[in-house]
Amino acid sequence: MSTTTHQPQKSEISFTVNGQRATVHAHPMERLLDVLRQQVNLTGVKEGCGEGECGSCSILMNGVLVNSCLVPILQANDADIITIEGLASQDRLHVLQQAFLDCGGAQCGICTPGMILAAFHLLSKNPQPSREEIGEALSGNLCRCTGYTQIFESVAEAARRSTGR
Amino acid sequence: MRSNPADYELLAPATLKSILSILADEPGSWRPIAGGTDLMVQYAAGNLAARKLVSIWGLRELRHIDVLPDEVRIGAGSTYTDLRANAIIESEFPLLSTAASWTGGIANQNRGTIGGNIVNASPAADSLPALLVYEAELILVSVRGERRVPYVTFHTGYRQTRLAPDELVLAVCMRRRYSEYQAYARKVGPRNAQAISKVCIAALSRLAGGVVDDIRIAMGSVAPIPLRLKETETTIRGHRVDPALVSMAQQRAAAEIQPIDDIRSTARYRRAVAGNLVGEFLNRLGSGNAR
Ligand SMILES: Cc1cc2nc3c(=O)[nH]c(=O)nc-3n(C[C@H](O)[C@H](O)[C@H](O)COP(=O)(O)OP(=O)(O)OC[C@H]3O[C@@H](n4cnc5c(N)ncnc54)[C@H](O)[C@@H]3O)c2cc1C
Ligand code: FES
Ligand code: FES
Repeated sequence: MSTTTHQPQKSEISFTVNGQRATVHAHPMERLLDVLRQQVNLTGVKEGCGEGECGSCSILMNGVLVNSCLVPILQANDADIITIEGLASQDRLHVLQQAFLDCGGAQCGICTPGMILAAFHLLSKNPQPSREEIGEALSGNLCRCTGYTQIFESVAEAARRSTGR
Repeated sequence: MRSNPADYELLAPATLKSILSILADEPGSWRPIAGGTDLMVQYAAGNLAARKLVSIWGLRELRHIDVLPDEVRIGAGSTYTDLRANAIIESEFPLLSTAASWTGGIANQNRGTIGGNIVNASPAADSLPALLVYEAELILVSVRGERRVPYVTFHTGYRQTRLAPDELVLAVCMRRRYSEYQAYARKVGPRNAQAISKVCIAALSRLAGGVVDDIRIAMGSVAPIPLRLKETETTIRGHRVDPALVSMAQQRAAAEIQPIDDIRSTARYRRAVAGNLVGEFLNRLGSGNAR
C-alpha cells in the first residue's frame, strides 16, 4: 500500500454551524460530511451515495444548498452552515418538519434531512412554489421509500401553513 | 475504494495572484479545485490522481458576471445558479441558462462552475455546445499574463485542452449579438436533472425573408469533444426550410458526428437521435417557434 513518508498536516478550521462557532482539526480534504458527523456530532447529515447523486447529505452553506459529501472541509472555513438539527427551535418543530410528519413525507428517514433542507432552501426564495417548482427543487434528492408524492404534499402543506393560506 | 484525506494536500490562498504563483512554481503538480463536483466524485471513488490541490472556490476575481456594451464576460468561477440568476444571460444567451438548469439538482448547480465544466472537458458536458454556438472566447491567465482563445479551438482531443499547466480559465466571453436568433436546446437522457446526456444539442438560427440566413448547431456526446456541426450548417444556410432540406440536413448530421457505444447509449441510437434533433429544430424554425 502507500509508503509515503510525507507527514500530512491537519489544519485548524472554524465555521459557524446552527448559530454556534465550531473549530475542528482536520485534513483539508476531509469531507464536510464526515467532519459534521464525526467531530461535531451532527448525525442528521446522512451519507447515501457519497458522490453527489442522492442529496441525503445536503446542508446549507452560506445560505445555499450543497451536498456535503463533495465539499472539502477547507472550503467550509469561515462558512455559515445549517443542518437539520438547526431547524427546530427549542421543543418546536419547524413547519416543514411538522408537515413531513403530518403528511407521511418520511418513512425510513434517510433522505428526510436532505429533503427538508432542500425544501427549506426553496421556501426561503419562493414561499408559494408550484408543484413543478417543488419537483425541480427536490430533483437532486432521491427517496427509495415514499414515491415522492407525500414528500411533495408535505412541502406544499408547509408552504400553505407558513403563508397562512 | 475511498481516498484517504491524509494523502492529499489542499491550499486555499486568498488571491488569484498567489494561486497563479503556486501553479507557476511547480507547473503541473497543483490541480485547481472549484466546486469539486467533478473532482470530489473522483476522490470519492479513489480515482483522483492529483495529490496537491489548490482551491479557487469563491475567489472574487473568478466569480462575477460583467455585462459590457458589446459582450458578456462570465468569470470562470460562476456557478450554474449564478448563470441562471442573471437576467441578461437568460434573455440573450438562453441556451446557456437552459443548459445550467440541466446540470444536476439545485445543490449541484450551487457548486458546479462553468470553468469546471470547460476544463473537465467531458464530451457529454451540457453547457459546452451552447458556448460553441455563441462562439465564446476564453480568457486564460497565468503569471505570464492573459491570453484570449476562441473556445472552439480549446478542446484538442478526448479530454485534452490547450490549457497550460500553470494556467487557469479566468473568464468566458460572448458577444451580445444574438437577440434576433431563435434558440433551440434539448437534452436527451433518462431525465434532465442528475443524469448524463446521451445526446444534447444547442442551436441558433436567424431567418431572413423565409431563408435561413445564419445557423449554428452544436452537440454533446456525439464525438470525442463537444462538436460544432459545420457541414450540416453549410447544408442548411441560405435555404428555405422544407421537407427536402430537413431530410438532407438530418443525413448530413448523422454523417458528420462520430458517436460511440458506451454505458449510456449506442452509436446507432445517438446517430438516430442527432438526426431527429436537427429535424425537430428545423421544423420548429419553419413554424417560427424554435424554443
Ligand atoms: C450529481 C452530479 C450531476 C451532474 N450533472 C451534470 C450534468 O447534467 N451535466 C454536466 O455537464 N455536468 C454534470 N455534472 C458534472 C459537474 O457538475 C460539472 O462538470 C461542473 O461544471 C464542474 O464544475 P466544478 O467547479 O465543480 O469543477 P471541479 O470538480 O472543481 O473541477 C473540474 C476540473 O476543472 C478544473 N478547473 C475548474 N475550474 C478551473 C479554472 N477556472 N481554471 C482551470 N481549471 C479549472 C479542475 O482542475 C478539474 O480538472 C454533474 C456532477 C454531479 C456530481
Ligand atoms: S451522500 Fe452526498 S449526495 Fe449522496
Ligand atoms: S424515506 Fe426512506 S429514502 Fe426517503
